[in-house]
Amino acid sequence: MMDGISLLTITVLAVFVGFEVVSKVSSTLHTPLMSGANAIHGIILVGAIIVAGQAAHPWVLAVALLAVVLATANLVGGFVVTDRMLEMFRGRRGAADKPPGKPSASGGPHAGGPSDIKAHEGKAPEGKGSVR
Amino acid sequence: MTLLDPTLTSLLYLAAAVFFILALKGLNSPRTARRGNLVGAFGALLAVVTVFFSVRLDNVPWILGAIAVGSGVAAPVARRVKMTQMPQLVALFNGVGGGAAALVALLELPHADDGWMRLAVVFTLLVGAVSFAGSAITFAKLQELMTTRPVVFPGLPVLMGAVLLAAVGSGAAVVLGGSLALALVLLVLGLLAGVLLVLPVGGADVPIVISLLNAFTGLAVAASGLVLGNVLLVVAGTLVGASGTILTRAMAAAMGRSVAGILFGAFKGNSTAGSTAVSDRPVRSSSAEDVAVLLGYAQRVIIVPGYGLAVAQGQHTAAELALALEARGIRVDFAIHPVAGRMPGHMNVLLAEANVPYESLKEMSEINSEFRTADVALVVGANDVVNPAAKTSAGSPIYGMPILEVADARQVVFLKRSLRPGFAGIENELMYEPQTTLLFGDAKDSLTKVLGAVKAL
Repeated sequence: MMDGISLLTITVLAVFVGFEVVSKVSSTLHTPLMSGANAIHGIILVGAIIVAGQAAHPWVLAVALLAVVLATANLVGGFVVTDRMLEMFRGRRGAADKPPGKPSASGGPHAGGPSDIKAHEGKAPEGKGSVR
Repeated sequence: MTLLDPTLTSLLYLAAAVFFILALKGLNSPRTARRGNLVGAFGALLAVVTVFFSVRLDNVPWILGAIAVGSGVAAPVARRVKMTQMPQLVALFNGVGGGAAALVALLELPHADDGWMRLAVVFTLLVGAVSFAGSAITFAKLQELMTTRPVVFPGLPVLMGAVLLAAVGSGAAVVLGGSLALALVLLVLGLLAGVLLVLPVGGADVPIVISLLNAFTGLAVAASGLVLGNVLLVVAGTLVGASGTILTRAMAAAMGRSVAGILFGAFKGNSTAGSTAVSDRPVRSSSAEDVAVLLGYAQRVIIVPGYGLAVAQGQHTAAELALALEARGIRVDFAIHPVAGRMPGHMNVLLAEANVPYESLKEMSEINSEFRTADVALVVGANDVVNPAAKTSAGSPIYGMPILEVADARQVVFLKRSLRPGFAGIENELMYEPQTTLLFGDAKDSLTKVLGAVKAL
C-alpha cells in the first residue's frame, strides 16, 4: 500500500511516459499500437482476481467472476489479435528478402538488444516466485 | 501456502510495468513491433502469476475456471477473425475491459472508506460503463448490425446533458454517502452516456472513437488501481490513457478532423452525414478487356486500394495483377492513404498479408507528387480518400481531409460495385470526369477479369 502523494507522483510520471512513448509513430503502426495498448489495459484482470478472491457472498463472487471473464477476454484476446496483425508485417519482410523461403525466427541479434536483456532479467524473479 | 514478501511482490509488479512500457516502445517500429507485443504479454503473465502468490485468495478454482472461460472464448476468436473484421474485434475487447473495470469498482465500493477512494470508484464506474456501452455501439456500427450513419434525433443534446447532470448528481451522492443503490444508478447512467456519445458519430470516424474509448478504459483501469491500492494497475492504466489520447489525436489529424468535431459535430449538423442518393449523371463505364489494355500499355501504374478491396478479399488478386504488370516492364506502386481500410494502418496489414513487398507500399506524402507522372491510377474499392470534395467543397463533411491526388494521373480507373457513395456517404465528382473510366463489379471479380485480360495481351 502506498500513500496518496506517492501514487499521484507515479500517475503523473506515467502520463509523461505514455505521451513520450508513442509520440513519433508512423500511421502504418497506429492500428497495432492501439490494439497493443488495448491488450495492456486488460491487466484489470489482476484487480478482478483480487476482488473475486476476497468475495464472501455468492452474489459478490458471481459479479467478480464475470469481471474475471471479461478482463481475461480483453487481455488474452488483445495480445493474440495484435500478434496476428504483426505476424503479417514479418511475413512481408520475409517475402521481400527471399520469396519462397520461410523467414527466420528473429530479426537478428542487433535488433533491440536492450529489450532482450531486460526480458531475461525479468524471467529470473518470476521463476523464483513460482517455486515458492 | 506461504505468500510472497510484499517487497518482492512490488518488484515483480514493477518489472511487469517496465515490460508494458517496453511493449509500447517496441510497437513504435515495424522491426520490433511483434517482439514488443510479446514482451507486453509476458509482463501481463508475470503480473497475473504474481497476484496468485501475493494475496490470500479464496475461490481459486472458480477464478481459474473464469480465466479458462475468458481465454477459451477470446483466443480462438482473435485467431480466426478475418483481418477486415479486426477493428470491431478490438472495439469489443476494449469494451469488455471497461466493463470489467466498472464491475471491480462496484464491488470495491463497500470497502472504500474515505471520500477520495469513493471518488475513484465513481470515476471508474462511470468511465468504464461509458467505454463498455460506447464500444458495443461501435462494434454494432462496424459489423453493420446497425446503420453506419450518424444517428441524431431532436433533443439528443438535451438528453445527453440531462444524463451527465444526473451522473454528476448521483456520483456526488456516492462520494459522500457510499450508497450501493446510487452506484448502480450511476452505472446505468454511464451505459446510457456511452450509447449517446457514439450514436451521432459517422461511420468513417468510428475508428477514432475506438481509440478514444481505449484511452477511456485505460483511465478507468488506472482509477481502479487507486481504489485497490495496486500500483501496477495505476501505471498500466495511466500509460494506456496517455498514449491512447496521443494516438487518438494523431489519427484524427491524419483524417483532417478534430476529436471534438467528431464527437459533437453531429449536434451542429456537420458530421459525416452524407446521403444515399444515386445521381443519374452519365459516366463512362468499360469492360475488363479495355481496362487491361489501358494498364498493359502504360509505363507507370499506381494502385489505390480501399476498403472495398479488403471486403472482397481481393488483396491477393491485386498483388498478382501488380506482378503481372511488372512482368511487362511497368512500374507499379500502391498508394496507401493513412486511413485506407477501416483504421489507420489497416490497409498496410491487409496488403502485407498478400505479400505485397514493403517497397511498393507508398505513403500518401511520398506518392502524391508522383500521380502527375502516372499513366493510370487504378482505384480499387476506395472512394472518400480520393474524393476532390475534400479540397474543393467547404460544406462537405470530409472537407479538409488530405486526399490522394489521383486526378493528376492521365487516366483514372475506378473498380466499384456501384455508383453508390462511399462510407462517408458523399458523391465523388471525379467519377464524372472525362479521364475517368469505371468498371462495375465486386472488386475481386473485376481484378480477376482484368488480370486474365492482361495476361492474354
